[in-house]
Amino acid sequence: MSDNLRDSYQVTNPRPLTNFFHAVWAVVWKDISAELRSRELISAMFVFSLLVILIFNFALELDARARENVTAGVIWVTFAFAGTLGLNRSMSMEKDRGCLDGLLLAPVDRSAIYFGKAIGNLIFMFLVEIIVLPIYTVLYNVNLFVPGLIITIILGSLGYVAVGTLLSTMAIQARTRDILLPILLFPLVIPVLLAAVKASSGFLQGVSYDEISPWLNILIVYDVIFTAIAYMVFDYVVEE
Amino acid sequence: MIPKPRLLIGLDFVTAFLFVVAVVMVFFYAPLEAVMGQVQRVFYFHVSTAWVGMLGFLVAAIAGIVYLTKGEEKWDIVGVAAIEISLVFFFVAIISGSIWARPIWNTWWTWDPRLTTAAIVELIYAAYMMLRQGIEDPDRRARFGAVYAILGFLSVPLTFISIRLLRTIHPVVVGGGNPTAAGGFDMSSKMLQTFFFSLFAFSVLFIDLLWHRIRLGTLAHKVEQLRMKDID
Repeated sequence: MSDNLRDSYQVTNPRPLTNFFHAVWAVVWKDISAELRSRELISAMFVFSLLVILIFNFALELDARARENVTAGVIWVTFAFAGTLGLNRSMSMEKDRGCLDGLLLAPVDRSAIYFGKAIGNLIFMFLVEIIVLPIYTVLYNVNLFVPGLIITIILGSLGYVAVGTLLSTMAIQARTRDILLPILLFPLVIPVLLAAVKASSGFLQGVSYDEISPWLNILIVYDVIFTAIAYMVFDYVVEE
Repeated sequence: MIPKPRLLIGLDFVTAFLFVVAVVMVFFYAPLEAVMGQVQRVFYFHVSTAWVGMLGFLVAAIAGIVYLTKGEEKWDIVGVAAIEISLVFFFVAIISGSIWARPIWNTWWTWDPRLTTAAIVELIYAAYMMLRQGIEDPDRRARFGAVYAILGFLSVPLTFISIRLLRTIHPVVVGGGNPTAAGGFDMSSKMLQTFFFSLFAFSVLFIDLLWHRIRLGTLAHKVEQLRMKDID
């Protein structure tokens, strides 16, 4: 990590744009290397996802016919819950030992920190999704490796993480930080979850693309709007 | 303490008067709707409260933007005042809608786009209040509140559109006719007059309440500052 940080400092000033990407990458790499050492986040998210899927198995009586209809819903609820876990952990890790203050002292644009954290969160979320999908496929005998579904998952995770990273930065600075994130996050990501569930189940049931495309459009619009807004307001969220 | 402004006292009386007139119009001036009967009269206040709710959320989002750009305390007070009032009005809209839906749709609640969106909007702004309660530092509380008010307001249309893609049965009385809507009706001119008068009366009520709430917010802010000074 230290090598990488030094690299990013060596290119200060003359080329600000490269510097920006270096800073983003430094934050991402910091998260990845911390995770590689502890393996706390991924394992917690993974085990949690498995538990959610198992609970759904009992709660919904997932027999062959029911599975057709609810698979998309089950996987998205799983991702949403596991995602909250990851977002909370990734940000409170920064807050606990004053790492966030350290990051803020770095002479880089604040939005670099936002994008760094968001990309880190996205990577962790993708990793969990990559593990959960084959397991779900095996356990329930539903083929989830449909190209359209993969695209939906990428778009949905993007929107979820874009808002989630911003809100978790806010939540960890509040007194009620552990319970606050899902309360803040879920009402705002309902368009993402709804569109993602609809698009996913469309792809799984082989519905024609014309019927699915409005949902994908909503996902794209949401991703663009909320990434832009988060980029604009992140400064105010970390300001001291 | 600042004495209550003359204009505000005047506005109080005007609001009370308009409100009484609106009630009288709803019950005695507007004709009885042929199919639905008396329960249709809930419509005038139902739409008006929902309108005030959305108006307040819009005001809060704008106040949030201004607060973030200018950083003046008063805009935070405006934002929280608007949301607090609108939260109540929106809740009234949901309840009055339920009262209407019971005889007309034969259910208190259905997962129709507008109803679902209304429930989500109510939850967004309930989350806003919880966010504010969880933060002690006034400056940070104001900043986070402004950010969340903006995010929340932006997500509402997207939520609505996405839920609307699923089918709707909510009647669209003003502008556009949906043939599948259950419980729609055409308004006669007297109904229209009552409707617009209710909208007007509730808008004035909103302004009046907002003014009061802003005064209260300013006082609360002063108390907070005095207390801070005491601790230091």
